Amino acid sequence: MTMLEKFSSSQQSLGVADKLARGLGFYSFGLGLLELAAPRLLTRTLGMEGSEKLVRAYGAREIVSGVGALSDNPVPALWSRVAGDALDLATLATALTPDNPKRGNVKIAMAVVLATALVDIMAAKAATDRHHRPRNMPIRDYSNRSGFPQSAEAMRGAAGDFETPADMRADIGNGYSRASAVPL
Amino acid sequence: MKALCWHGKNDIRYDTVPDPKIEHPRDAIIKTTSCAICGSDLHLYDHFIPGMEHGDIMGHEFMGEVVEVGSENKALKVGDRIVVPFTITCGECEQCKRGNFSVCERSNRRKDLGDKVFGHSTAGLFGYSHLTGGYAGGQAEYVRVPFADSTHVKVPSTLTDEQVLFLGDIFPTGWQAAVQCDIQPTDTVAVWGAGPVGQFCVRSAVLLGAKQVVMIDNVPERLLMAEAGGAITINFDKESVVERLNELTRGKGPEKCIDAVGLESHATRSLDAVYDRVKQATMMESDRPHVLREMIYVCRPAGILSIPGVYGGLVDKIPMGALMNKGLTVRTGQTHVKRWTDDLLRRIDEGQIDPSFVITHTVSLDQGPEMYKTFRDKLDNCIKVILKP
Repeated sequence: MTMLEKFSSSQQSLGVADKLARGLGFYSFGLGLLELAAPRLLTRTLGMEGSEKLVRAYGAREIVSGVGALSDNPVPALWSRVAGDALDLATLATALTPDNPKRGNVKIAMAVVLATALVDIMAAKAATDRHHRPRNMPIRDYSNRSGFPQSAEAMRGAAGDFETPADMRADIGNGYSRASAVPL
Repeated sequence: MKALCWHGKNDIRYDTVPDPKIEHPRDAIIKTTSCAICGSDLHLYDHFIPGMEHGDIMGHEFMGEVVEVGSENKALKVGDRIVVPFTITCGECEQCKRGNFSVCERSNRRKDLGDKVFGHSTAGLFGYSHLTGGYAGGQAEYVRVPFADSTHVKVPSTLTDEQVLFLGDIFPTGWQAAVQCDIQPTDTVAVWGAGPVGQFCVRSAVLLGAKQVVMIDNVPERLLMAEAGGAITINFDKESVVERLNELTRGKGPEKCIDAVGLESHATRSLDAVYDRVKQATMMESDRPHVLREMIYVCRPAGILSIPGVYGGLVDKIPMGALMNKGLTVRTGQTHVKRWTDDLLRRIDEGQIDPSFVITHTVSLDQGPEMYKTFRDKLDNCIKVILKP
Protein backbone atom coordinates (compact mmCIF):
# COMPACT_ATOMS: atom_id res chain seq x y z
CA MET A 1 0.00 0.00 0.00
CA THR A 2 1.38 3.38 -0.98
CA MET A 3 1.31 6.39 1.29
CA LEU A 4 -1.47 7.88 -0.83
CA GLU A 5 -3.56 4.70 -0.64
CA LYS A 6 -3.57 4.88 3.17
CA PHE A 7 -5.81 7.91 2.86
CA SER A 8 -8.26 6.18 0.52
CA SER A 9 -11.49 4.53 1.68
CA SER A 10 -13.03 1.34 0.35
CA GLN A 11 -16.39 3.13 0.55
CA GLN A 12 -15.44 5.47 -2.27
CA SER A 13 -13.95 4.23 -5.54
CA LEU A 14 -12.09 7.44 -6.29
CA GLY A 15 -8.86 7.18 -4.30
CA VAL A 16 -6.38 9.92 -3.44
CA ALA A 17 -4.17 8.72 -6.30
CA ASP A 18 -7.06 9.18 -8.75
CA LYS A 19 -7.81 12.67 -7.45
CA LEU A 20 -4.15 13.62 -7.74
CA ALA A 21 -4.03 12.27 -11.31
CA ARG A 22 -7.09 14.32 -12.15
CA GLY A 23 -5.57 17.48 -10.63
CA LEU A 24 -2.36 16.96 -12.59
CA GLY A 25 -4.43 16.41 -15.72
CA PHE A 26 -6.12 19.80 -15.35
CA TYR A 27 -2.77 21.45 -14.45
CA SER A 28 -1.14 19.93 -17.52
CA PHE A 29 -4.00 21.01 -19.74
CA GLY A 30 -3.91 24.59 -18.40
CA LEU A 31 -0.14 24.90 -18.69
CA GLY A 32 -0.30 23.50 -22.20
CA LEU A 33 -2.88 26.07 -23.24
CA LEU A 34 -0.71 28.87 -21.80
CA GLU A 35 2.36 27.61 -23.65
CA LEU A 36 0.42 27.35 -26.89
CA ALA A 37 -1.34 30.70 -26.60
CA ALA A 38 1.38 32.92 -25.05
CA PRO A 39 4.83 31.44 -25.69
CA ARG A 40 6.48 34.88 -25.80
CA LEU A 41 5.33 35.62 -22.27
CA LEU A 42 7.31 32.60 -21.09
CA THR A 43 10.38 33.06 -23.29
CA ARG A 44 10.68 36.70 -22.26
CA THR A 45 10.35 35.84 -18.57
CA LEU A 46 13.07 33.19 -18.91
CA GLY A 47 15.35 35.07 -21.26
CA MET A 48 14.82 32.47 -23.93
CA GLU A 49 13.62 34.65 -26.80
CA GLY A 50 13.62 32.80 -30.10
CA SER A 51 12.43 29.52 -28.53
CA GLU A 52 8.71 30.21 -29.06
CA LYS A 53 8.23 27.26 -31.43
CA LEU A 54 9.78 24.92 -28.89
CA VAL A 55 7.52 26.27 -26.14
CA ARG A 56 4.47 25.74 -28.38
CA ALA A 57 5.56 22.15 -29.04
CA TYR A 58 5.93 21.60 -25.28
CA GLY A 59 2.46 23.10 -24.87
CA ALA A 60 1.02 20.55 -27.28
CA ARG A 61 2.81 17.81 -25.30
CA GLU A 62 1.30 19.09 -22.05
CA ILE A 63 -2.20 19.06 -23.54
CA VAL A 64 -1.80 15.47 -24.75
CA SER A 65 -0.56 14.46 -21.27
CA GLY A 66 -3.45 16.34 -19.68
CA VAL A 67 -6.06 14.62 -21.82
CA GLY A 68 -4.43 11.27 -21.03
CA ALA A 69 -4.32 11.95 -17.28
CA LEU A 70 -8.04 12.75 -17.35
CA SER A 71 -8.90 9.56 -19.27
CA ASP A 72 -10.02 6.23 -17.76
CA ASN A 73 -6.40 5.02 -17.86
CA PRO A 74 -4.18 7.86 -16.58
CA VAL A 75 -1.07 5.78 -15.88
CA PRO A 76 0.77 6.16 -19.25
CA ALA A 77 0.04 9.90 -19.29
CA LEU A 78 1.37 10.33 -15.73
CA TRP A 79 4.64 8.61 -16.61
CA SER A 80 4.82 10.71 -19.79
CA ARG A 81 4.58 13.76 -17.56
CA VAL A 82 7.62 12.54 -15.62
CA ALA A 83 9.55 12.24 -18.90
CA GLY A 84 8.26 15.68 -19.87
CA ASP A 85 9.56 17.13 -16.60
CA ALA A 86 13.03 15.78 -17.40
CA LEU A 87 12.84 17.36 -20.84
CA ASP A 88 11.72 20.68 -19.34
CA LEU A 89 14.61 20.63 -16.84
CA ALA A 90 17.12 19.87 -19.59
CA THR A 91 15.73 22.68 -21.72
CA LEU A 92 15.77 25.17 -18.85
CA ALA A 93 19.36 24.18 -18.02
CA THR A 94 20.44 25.45 -21.44
CA ALA A 95 19.23 28.91 -20.37
CA LEU A 96 21.44 28.99 -17.28
CA THR A 97 24.19 30.82 -19.13
CA PRO A 98 26.13 33.71 -17.54
CA ASP A 99 24.91 36.11 -20.24
CA ASN A 100 21.22 35.46 -19.49
CA PRO A 101 19.94 38.38 -17.39
CA LYS A 102 16.89 36.28 -16.40
CA ARG A 103 18.98 33.49 -14.83
CA GLY A 104 17.19 34.02 -11.52
CA ASN A 105 13.83 33.34 -13.14
CA VAL A 106 15.22 30.23 -14.80
CA LYS A 107 16.37 28.92 -11.40
CA ILE A 108 12.91 29.52 -9.94
CA ALA A 109 11.32 27.77 -12.94
CA MET A 110 13.67 24.81 -12.49
CA ALA A 111 12.75 24.57 -8.82
CA VAL A 112 9.04 24.57 -9.73
CA VAL A 113 9.57 21.88 -12.40
CA LEU A 114 11.60 19.79 -9.94
CA ALA A 115 8.84 20.01 -7.32
CA THR A 116 6.24 19.16 -9.98
CA ALA A 117 8.38 16.21 -11.07
CA LEU A 118 8.37 14.83 -7.53
CA VAL A 119 4.57 15.09 -7.39
CA ASP A 120 4.35 13.51 -10.87
CA ILE A 121 6.54 10.57 -9.83
CA MET A 122 4.51 10.05 -6.69
CA ALA A 123 1.22 10.23 -8.62
CA ALA A 124 2.44 7.94 -11.42
CA LYS A 125 3.70 5.36 -8.95
CA ALA A 126 0.51 5.49 -6.87
CA ALA A 127 -1.71 5.19 -9.94
CA THR A 128 0.38 2.29 -11.26
CA ASP A 129 0.15 0.48 -7.91
CA ARG A 130 -3.57 1.14 -7.68
CA HIS A 131 -4.71 0.31 -11.18
CA HIS A 132 -2.14 -1.70 -13.04
CA ARG A 133 -2.41 -5.44 -13.11
CA PRO A 134 1.07 -6.66 -12.09
CA ARG A 135 2.81 -8.68 -14.81
CA ASN A 136 3.69 -11.40 -12.32
CA MET A 137 0.23 -11.55 -10.72
CA PRO A 138 -0.46 -15.17 -9.69
CA ILE A 139 -3.16 -16.64 -11.92
CA ARG A 140 -5.96 -18.41 -10.11
CA ASP A 141 -6.90 -21.71 -11.66
CA TYR A 142 -10.50 -21.56 -12.83
CA SER A 143 -10.24 -24.69 -14.96
CA ASN A 144 -12.70 -26.52 -12.68
CA ARG A 145 -15.41 -23.89 -13.20
CA SER A 146 -17.36 -25.26 -16.11
CA GLY A 147 -20.81 -24.70 -14.66
CA PHE A 148 -21.84 -28.03 -16.15
CA PRO A 149 -22.66 -31.25 -14.30
CA GLN A 150 -20.60 -33.26 -16.81
CA SER A 151 -17.73 -32.51 -19.16
CA ALA A 152 -18.34 -29.74 -21.65
CA GLU A 153 -18.10 -32.30 -24.45
CA ALA A 154 -20.85 -34.35 -22.86
CA MET A 155 -23.02 -31.23 -22.55
CA ARG A 156 -22.65 -30.25 -26.22
CA GLY A 157 -26.16 -29.98 -27.64
CA ALA A 158 -27.84 -30.68 -24.29
CA ALA A 159 -30.30 -27.88 -25.01
CA GLY A 160 -31.40 -29.62 -28.22
CA ASP A 161 -35.01 -29.26 -27.06
CA PHE A 162 -34.75 -25.49 -27.55
CA GLU A 163 -36.33 -24.12 -30.70
CA THR A 164 -34.93 -20.89 -32.13
CA PRO A 165 -37.71 -18.28 -32.32
CA ALA A 166 -38.80 -17.39 -35.87
CA ASP A 167 -37.41 -13.85 -35.65
CA MET A 168 -33.93 -15.13 -34.78
CA ARG A 169 -33.52 -17.86 -37.38
CA ALA A 170 -30.73 -17.79 -39.92
CA ASP A 171 -33.08 -18.89 -42.69
CA ILE A 172 -35.53 -16.06 -42.29
CA GLY A 173 -36.81 -14.91 -45.68
CA ASN A 174 -34.14 -16.41 -47.94
CA GLY A 175 -35.55 -19.81 -48.74
CA TYR A 176 -32.80 -21.61 -46.84
CA SER A 177 -34.04 -24.54 -44.87
CA ARG A 178 -32.43 -26.18 -41.91
CA ALA A 179 -33.18 -29.65 -43.28
CA SER A 180 -31.20 -28.98 -46.44
CA ALA A 181 -28.31 -27.28 -44.67
CA VAL A 182 -24.99 -28.54 -45.96
CA PRO A 183 -21.77 -27.89 -44.09
CA LEU A 184 -19.66 -25.53 -46.18
CA MET B 1 -30.93 2.94 3.52
CA LYS B 2 -27.47 2.35 2.09
CA ALA B 3 -26.72 2.23 -1.64
CA LEU B 4 -23.89 2.57 -4.14
CA CYS B 5 -24.24 5.91 -5.89
CA TRP B 6 -22.63 7.47 -8.94
CA HIS B 7 -20.88 10.79 -8.35
CA GLY B 8 -18.95 11.21 -11.59
CA LYS B 9 -16.31 9.42 -13.59
CA ASN B 10 -14.74 6.58 -11.56
CA ASP B 11 -16.49 7.91 -8.45
CA ILE B 12 -18.87 5.41 -6.81
CA ARG B 13 -19.73 5.94 -3.16
CA TYR B 14 -21.46 3.98 -0.41
CA ASP B 15 -24.07 6.55 0.51
CA THR B 16 -27.09 6.92 2.76
CA VAL B 17 -30.16 7.66 0.64
CA PRO B 18 -33.94 7.84 1.28
CA ASP B 19 -35.82 4.51 1.32
CA PRO B 20 -37.85 3.84 -1.83
CA LYS B 21 -41.65 4.12 -1.73
CA ILE B 22 -44.53 2.71 -3.75
CA GLU B 23 -45.20 5.31 -6.45
CA HIS B 24 -47.68 3.40 -8.61
CA PRO B 25 -50.22 0.66 -7.84
CA ARG B 26 -48.28 -1.85 -9.99
CA ASP B 27 -45.03 -1.31 -8.04
CA ALA B 28 -43.33 -3.47 -5.48
CA ILE B 29 -40.52 -2.82 -3.04
CA ILE B 30 -37.94 -5.54 -2.49
CA LYS B 31 -35.36 -6.02 0.20
CA THR B 32 -32.24 -6.91 -1.75
CA THR B 33 -30.57 -10.15 -0.73
CA SER B 34 -27.92 -10.23 -3.49
CA CYS B 35 -26.81 -7.93 -6.25
CA ALA B 36 -23.90 -7.85 -8.66
CA ILE B 37 -21.60 -5.50 -10.53
CA CYS B 38 -22.15 -6.01 -14.24
CA GLY B 39 -19.57 -5.35 -16.96
CA SER B 40 -21.91 -2.75 -18.38
CA ASP B 41 -21.86 -0.90 -15.03
CA LEU B 42 -18.22 -0.22 -15.87
CA HIS B 43 -19.31 1.88 -18.85
CA LEU B 44 -21.10 4.13 -16.36
CA TYR B 45 -18.14 4.01 -13.98
CA ASP B 46 -15.84 5.15 -16.80
CA HIS B 47 -18.54 7.64 -17.86
CA PHE B 48 -18.99 6.53 -21.43
CA ILE B 49 -22.78 6.40 -21.20
CA PRO B 50 -24.41 9.84 -21.15
CA GLY B 51 -27.30 10.88 -18.94
CA MET B 52 -26.02 10.01 -15.46
CA GLU B 53 -26.62 12.44 -12.60
CA HIS B 54 -24.91 12.86 -9.23
CA GLY B 55 -26.41 10.54 -6.64
CA ASP B 56 -27.95 8.06 -9.11
CA ILE B 57 -28.13 4.59 -7.53
CA MET B 58 -26.17 2.02 -9.53
CA GLY B 59 -26.92 -1.58 -10.38
CA HIS B 60 -29.23 -3.64 -12.56
CA GLU B 61 -28.49 -7.21 -11.44
CA PHE B 62 -30.33 -7.89 -8.21
CA MET B 63 -32.81 -10.06 -6.40
CA GLY B 64 -34.56 -10.15 -3.07
CA GLU B 65 -37.70 -10.57 -1.03
CA VAL B 66 -40.87 -8.60 -1.70
CA VAL B 67 -41.65 -6.41 1.33
CA GLU B 68 -44.42 -4.22 -0.06
CA VAL B 69 -46.74 -4.35 -3.09
CA GLY B 70 -48.93 -1.77 -4.80
CA SER B 71 -52.72 -2.08 -4.71
CA GLU B 72 -53.07 -3.22 -8.35
CA ASN B 73 -50.22 -5.70 -8.22
CA LYS B 74 -51.92 -9.08 -8.07
CA ALA B 75 -48.93 -11.06 -9.31
CA LEU B 76 -46.80 -10.62 -6.19
CA LYS B 77 -47.27 -10.82 -2.47
CA VAL B 78 -45.13 -9.91 0.51
CA GLY B 79 -42.55 -12.63 1.11
CA ASP B 80 -42.16 -13.69 -2.54
CA ARG B 81 -38.57 -14.28 -3.57
CA ILE B 82 -37.86 -12.74 -6.96
CA VAL B 83 -35.08 -11.99 -9.41
CA VAL B 84 -35.61 -8.67 -11.16
CA PRO B 85 -34.88 -8.48 -14.91
CA PHE B 86 -32.77 -5.44 -15.75
CA THR B 87 -35.18 -4.43 -18.52
CA ILE B 88 -38.37 -2.98 -17.05
CA THR B 89 -41.39 -4.26 -18.95
CA CYS B 90 -45.06 -3.28 -18.88
CA GLY B 91 -46.06 -6.62 -20.41
CA GLU B 92 -48.93 -4.99 -22.31
CA CYS B 93 -47.51 -2.87 -25.13
CA GLU B 94 -47.09 -4.07 -28.72
CA GLN B 95 -43.36 -4.79 -28.26
CA CYS B 96 -43.82 -6.68 -24.98
CA LYS B 97 -46.54 -8.80 -26.59
CA ARG B 98 -44.10 -9.71 -29.38
CA GLY B 99 -41.48 -10.70 -26.82
CA ASN B 100 -39.31 -7.66 -27.59
CA PHE B 101 -39.17 -6.76 -23.91
CA SER B 102 -36.01 -4.66 -24.10
CA VAL B 103 -37.81 -2.15 -26.28
CA CYS B 104 -40.96 -1.93 -24.14
CA GLU B 105 -42.82 1.17 -25.28
CA ARG B 106 -44.10 2.25 -21.88
CA SER B 107 -41.51 1.67 -19.20
CA ASN B 108 -39.05 4.45 -20.06
CA ARG B 109 -40.35 7.47 -18.15
CA ARG B 110 -37.77 9.67 -19.92
CA LYS B 111 -39.07 8.76 -23.36
CA ASP B 112 -38.35 12.33 -24.51
CA LEU B 113 -34.61 11.84 -23.92
CA GLY B 114 -34.59 8.36 -25.43
CA ASP B 115 -36.43 9.59 -28.54
CA LYS B 116 -33.98 12.44 -28.97
CA VAL B 117 -30.84 10.29 -28.69
CA PHE B 118 -31.95 7.00 -30.28
CA GLY B 119 -34.75 8.16 -32.59
CA HIS B 120 -37.23 6.06 -30.65
CA SER B 121 -36.88 5.29 -27.00
CA THR B 122 -36.13 1.83 -25.57
CA ALA B 123 -37.30 0.18 -22.35
CA GLY B 124 -36.63 1.59 -18.93
CA LEU B 125 -33.58 0.03 -17.23
CA PHE B 126 -32.58 -0.05 -13.59
CA GLY B 127 -29.64 2.15 -12.65
CA TYR B 128 -28.59 2.89 -16.21
CA SER B 129 -28.79 6.63 -16.86
CA HIS B 130 -31.69 8.95 -17.45
CA LEU B 131 -31.79 7.96 -21.13
CA THR B 132 -33.41 4.76 -19.92
CA GLY B 133 -35.70 6.29 -17.34
CA GLY B 134 -33.38 7.32 -14.52
CA TYR B 135 -34.69 4.52 -12.28
CA ALA B 136 -32.85 3.81 -9.03
CA GLY B 137 -30.68 0.71 -9.36
CA GLY B 138 -30.33 -2.47 -7.37
CA GLN B 139 -27.00 -1.98 -5.59
CA ALA B 140 -28.98 -0.93 -2.55
CA GLU B 141 -30.66 -2.37 0.52
CA TYR B 142 -34.13 -1.78 -0.94
CA VAL B 143 -35.35 -1.23 -4.48
CA ARG B 144 -38.59 0.03 -5.98
CA VAL B 145 -39.57 -2.19 -8.90
CA PRO B 146 -41.85 -0.37 -11.35
CA PHE B 147 -44.31 -2.52 -13.37
CA ALA B 148 -43.42 -5.18 -10.82
CA ASP B 149 -46.39 -7.38 -11.72
CA SER B 150 -44.62 -7.98 -15.05
CA THR B 151 -40.98 -7.23 -14.18
CA HIS B 152 -40.03 -10.18 -12.01
CA VAL B 153 -39.04 -13.84 -12.07
CA LYS B 154 -40.25 -15.88 -9.10
CA VAL B 155 -37.59 -18.31 -7.96
CA PRO B 156 -37.97 -21.41 -5.79
CA SER B 157 -36.40 -21.63 -2.35
CA THR B 158 -34.58 -24.80 -3.38
CA LEU B 159 -32.12 -22.75 -5.44
CA THR B 160 -29.55 -20.40 -3.89
CA ASP B 161 -29.21 -16.71 -4.72
CA GLU B 162 -25.92 -17.50 -6.46
CA GLN B 163 -27.66 -19.99 -8.76
CA VAL B 164 -30.50 -17.70 -9.85
CA LEU B 165 -29.26 -14.11 -9.51
CA PHE B 166 -27.85 -14.04 -13.04
CA LEU B 167 -31.27 -14.75 -14.54
CA GLY B 168 -31.72 -10.99 -14.25
CA ASP B 169 -29.09 -10.20 -16.87
CA ILE B 170 -25.88 -11.99 -17.79
CA PHE B 171 -27.22 -15.53 -18.25
CA PRO B 172 -30.11 -14.55 -20.56
CA THR B 173 -27.79 -12.03 -22.23
CA GLY B 174 -25.27 -14.75 -23.10
CA TRP B 175 -28.12 -17.07 -24.05
CA GLN B 176 -29.81 -14.52 -26.35
CA ALA B 177 -26.46 -13.76 -27.98
CA ALA B 178 -26.11 -17.44 -28.85
CA VAL B 179 -29.77 -17.87 -29.84
CA GLN B 180 -29.47 -14.89 -32.20
CA CYS B 181 -26.78 -16.91 -34.01
CA ASP B 182 -29.29 -19.72 -34.72
CA ILE B 183 -26.49 -22.20 -34.03
CA GLN B 184 -26.24 -25.28 -36.27
CA PRO B 185 -24.29 -28.44 -35.39
CA THR B 186 -21.75 -27.54 -38.10
CA ASP B 187 -21.06 -24.04 -36.76
CA THR B 188 -17.95 -22.49 -35.33
CA VAL B 189 -18.96 -19.73 -32.93
CA ALA B 190 -16.29 -17.15 -32.09
CA VAL B 191 -16.81 -15.10 -28.93
CA TRP B 192 -14.83 -11.94 -28.17
CA GLY B 193 -14.51 -11.08 -24.47
CA ALA B 194 -14.15 -13.64 -21.67
CA GLY B 195 -15.92 -11.52 -19.09
CA PRO B 196 -19.07 -12.82 -17.39
CA VAL B 197 -21.34 -12.40 -20.44
CA GLY B 198 -18.74 -14.01 -22.70
CA GLN B 199 -18.55 -16.97 -20.29
CA PHE B 200 -22.32 -17.45 -20.58
CA CYS B 201 -22.09 -17.09 -24.38
CA VAL B 202 -19.64 -20.02 -24.42
CA ARG B 203 -21.85 -22.24 -22.21
CA SER B 204 -24.97 -21.30 -24.20
CA ALA B 205 -23.29 -22.03 -27.54
CA VAL B 206 -22.10 -25.41 -26.22
CA LEU B 207 -25.57 -26.30 -24.90
CA LEU B 208 -27.10 -25.24 -28.22
CA GLY B 209 -24.78 -27.66 -29.99
CA ALA B 210 -22.09 -25.61 -31.78
CA LYS B 211 -19.39 -27.76 -33.36
CA GLN B 212 -16.70 -25.59 -31.81
CA VAL B 213 -16.69 -22.46 -29.69
CA VAL B 214 -13.69 -20.14 -29.72
CA MET B 215 -12.99 -17.52 -27.05
CA ILE B 216 -10.79 -14.51 -27.82
CA ASP B 217 -9.28 -12.50 -24.95
CA ASN B 218 -5.92 -11.81 -23.31
CA VAL B 219 -6.69 -12.31 -19.60
CA PRO B 220 -5.26 -15.72 -18.62
CA GLU B 221 -7.65 -16.62 -15.78
CA ARG B 222 -10.66 -15.70 -17.91
CA LEU B 223 -9.39 -17.85 -20.76
CA LEU B 224 -8.98 -20.72 -18.28
CA MET B 225 -12.62 -20.34 -17.23
CA ALA B 226 -13.73 -20.25 -20.87
CA GLU B 227 -11.74 -23.42 -21.57
CA ALA B 228 -13.49 -25.09 -18.64
CA GLY B 229 -16.79 -24.29 -20.36
CA GLY B 230 -15.71 -25.98 -23.57
CA ALA B 231 -14.04 -23.20 -25.55
CA ILE B 232 -10.90 -23.27 -27.65
CA THR B 233 -9.04 -20.13 -26.58
CA ILE B 234 -7.06 -17.49 -28.45
CA ASN B 235 -4.89 -15.10 -26.45
CA PHE B 236 -4.62 -12.12 -28.79
CA ASP B 237 -1.43 -10.98 -27.08
CA LYS B 238 0.26 -14.20 -28.09
CA GLU B 239 -1.18 -15.17 -31.48
CA SER B 240 -2.97 -13.73 -34.48
CA VAL B 241 -6.75 -13.93 -34.13
CA VAL B 242 -7.28 -13.97 -37.90
CA GLU B 243 -4.73 -16.71 -38.57
CA ARG B 244 -5.89 -18.93 -35.73
CA LEU B 245 -9.58 -18.59 -36.64
CA ASN B 246 -8.76 -19.45 -40.25
CA GLU B 247 -6.79 -22.48 -39.07
CA LEU B 248 -9.76 -23.67 -37.04
CA THR B 249 -12.22 -23.24 -39.91
CA ARG B 250 -10.29 -24.52 -42.94
CA GLY B 251 -9.60 -20.94 -43.99
CA LYS B 252 -13.29 -20.00 -44.20
CA GLY B 253 -13.81 -18.09 -40.94
CA PRO B 254 -16.38 -18.69 -38.19
CA GLU B 255 -20.03 -18.75 -39.27
CA LYS B 256 -21.15 -16.97 -36.12
CA CYS B 257 -19.39 -14.20 -34.20
CA ILE B 258 -20.38 -12.74 -30.83
CA ASP B 259 -19.16 -9.38 -29.49
CA ALA B 260 -19.31 -9.70 -25.70
CA VAL B 261 -17.02 -6.71 -25.23
CA GLY B 262 -18.82 -3.57 -26.38
CA LEU B 263 -17.58 -0.02 -26.32
CA GLU B 264 -14.41 -0.39 -24.22
CA SER B 265 -12.37 -2.92 -26.15
CA HIS B 266 -8.74 -3.29 -25.11
CA ALA B 267 -6.62 -4.52 -27.98
CA THR B 268 -3.11 -3.84 -26.86
CA ARG B 269 -1.22 -4.52 -30.08
CA SER B 270 -3.51 -3.09 -32.68
CA LEU B 271 -3.18 0.21 -34.50
CA ASP B 272 -6.90 0.80 -34.70
CA ALA B 273 -7.16 0.38 -30.91
CA VAL B 274 -4.61 3.18 -30.42
CA TYR B 275 -6.56 5.32 -32.91
CA ASP B 276 -9.78 4.67 -30.96
CA ARG B 277 -8.11 5.48 -27.63
CA VAL B 278 -6.97 8.85 -28.93
CA LYS B 279 -10.33 9.67 -30.50
CA GLN B 280 -12.25 8.61 -27.41
CA ALA B 281 -9.95 10.58 -25.07
CA THR B 282 -10.40 13.71 -27.21
CA MET B 283 -14.18 13.18 -27.38
CA MET B 284 -14.22 12.69 -31.15
CA GLU B 285 -15.67 9.20 -30.79
CA SER B 286 -17.69 7.79 -27.90
CA ASP B 287 -17.07 4.05 -28.37
CA ARG B 288 -14.03 1.90 -29.22
CA PRO B 289 -15.25 -0.62 -31.83
CA HIS B 290 -12.12 -2.75 -32.41
CA VAL B 291 -14.06 -5.98 -31.85
CA LEU B 292 -16.77 -5.00 -34.33
CA ARG B 293 -14.17 -4.33 -37.01
CA GLU B 294 -12.41 -7.63 -36.34
CA MET B 295 -15.66 -9.62 -36.36
CA ILE B 296 -16.72 -8.14 -39.69
CA TYR B 297 -13.30 -9.01 -41.11
CA VAL B 298 -13.06 -12.61 -39.90
CA CYS B 299 -16.68 -13.73 -40.21
CA ARG B 300 -17.54 -16.18 -42.96
CA PRO B 301 -19.61 -14.64 -45.79
CA ALA B 302 -23.36 -14.94 -45.12
CA GLY B 303 -22.55 -15.34 -41.42
CA ILE B 304 -24.15 -13.74 -38.38
CA LEU B 305 -22.76 -11.12 -36.03
CA SER B 306 -24.45 -11.12 -32.64
CA ILE B 307 -23.74 -8.10 -30.44
CA PRO B 308 -24.74 -8.27 -26.77
CA GLY B 309 -21.82 -5.95 -25.87
CA VAL B 310 -23.09 -2.48 -24.98
CA TYR B 311 -22.45 0.48 -27.30
CA GLY B 312 -23.48 3.95 -26.27
CA GLY B 313 -23.02 6.37 -29.12
CA LEU B 314 -20.89 6.90 -32.19
CA VAL B 315 -18.17 4.73 -33.72
CA ASP B 316 -15.68 5.35 -36.48
CA LYS B 317 -14.05 3.39 -39.33
CA ILE B 318 -16.53 0.53 -39.50
CA PRO B 319 -15.73 -1.58 -42.59
CA MET B 320 -19.16 -1.30 -44.20
CA GLY B 321 -17.74 -2.58 -47.49
CA ALA B 322 -16.89 -5.94 -45.94
CA LEU B 323 -20.14 -6.06 -43.98
CA MET B 324 -22.25 -5.40 -47.08
CA ASN B 325 -20.33 -7.44 -49.64
CA LYS B 326 -20.08 -10.48 -47.37
CA GLY B 327 -23.82 -10.34 -46.73
CA LEU B 328 -23.46 -10.49 -42.98
CA THR B 329 -26.50 -10.39 -40.71
CA VAL B 330 -26.21 -8.20 -37.61
CA ARG B 331 -28.36 -8.97 -34.58
CA THR B 332 -28.07 -6.89 -31.46
CA GLY B 333 -30.04 -5.23 -28.68
CA GLN B 334 -30.44 -5.21 -24.95
CA THR B 335 -31.68 -8.55 -23.69
CA HIS B 336 -35.36 -9.50 -23.81
CA VAL B 337 -34.80 -11.06 -20.39
CA LYS B 338 -38.36 -12.26 -19.73
CA ARG B 339 -38.42 -14.10 -23.04
CA TRP B 340 -35.84 -16.60 -21.82
CA THR B 341 -36.12 -16.80 -18.04
CA ASP B 342 -38.75 -19.56 -17.69
CA ASP B 343 -36.70 -21.86 -19.90
CA LEU B 344 -33.38 -20.96 -18.27
CA LEU B 345 -34.77 -21.32 -14.75
CA ARG B 346 -35.93 -24.83 -15.71
CA ARG B 347 -32.45 -25.66 -17.02
CA ILE B 348 -30.88 -24.47 -13.75
CA ASP B 349 -33.44 -26.38 -11.71
CA GLU B 350 -32.80 -29.56 -13.73
CA GLY B 351 -29.06 -29.16 -13.18
CA GLN B 352 -28.11 -28.59 -16.80
CA ILE B 353 -26.07 -25.56 -15.73
CA ASP B 354 -25.11 -23.90 -12.46
CA PRO B 355 -24.50 -20.18 -13.16
CA SER B 356 -22.64 -19.68 -9.88
CA PHE B 357 -19.47 -20.96 -11.60
CA VAL B 358 -18.67 -17.38 -12.67
CA ILE B 359 -18.60 -15.82 -9.17
CA THR B 360 -15.07 -15.01 -8.04
CA HIS B 361 -15.71 -12.40 -5.32
CA THR B 362 -18.47 -12.06 -2.72
CA VAL B 363 -18.32 -8.96 -0.51
CA SER B 364 -20.62 -6.72 1.51
CA LEU B 365 -22.27 -3.72 -0.15
CA ASP B 366 -20.00 -1.21 1.59
CA GLN B 367 -17.01 -2.75 -0.19
CA GLY B 368 -18.71 -2.19 -3.53
CA PRO B 369 -16.87 1.01 -4.53
CA GLU B 370 -13.49 -0.67 -4.15
CA MET B 371 -14.73 -3.70 -6.08
CA TYR B 372 -15.65 -1.49 -9.04
CA LYS B 373 -11.98 -0.65 -9.31
CA THR B 374 -10.85 -4.25 -8.77
CA PHE B 375 -13.27 -5.53 -11.42
CA ARG B 376 -12.48 -2.76 -13.93
CA ASP B 377 -8.72 -3.24 -13.57
CA LYS B 378 -8.99 -7.07 -13.58
CA LEU B 379 -7.08 -7.25 -10.31
CA ASP B 380 -7.07 -10.23 -7.93
CA ASN B 381 -8.31 -12.56 -10.73
CA CYS B 382 -11.69 -10.87 -10.53
CA ILE B 383 -14.35 -12.00 -13.01
CA LYS B 384 -17.68 -11.54 -11.23
CA VAL B 385 -18.51 -9.68 -8.04
CA ILE B 386 -21.55 -10.39 -5.87
CA LEU B 387 -22.55 -7.83 -3.25
CA LYS B 388 -24.51 -8.68 -0.11
CA PRO B 389 -26.38 -5.66 1.32
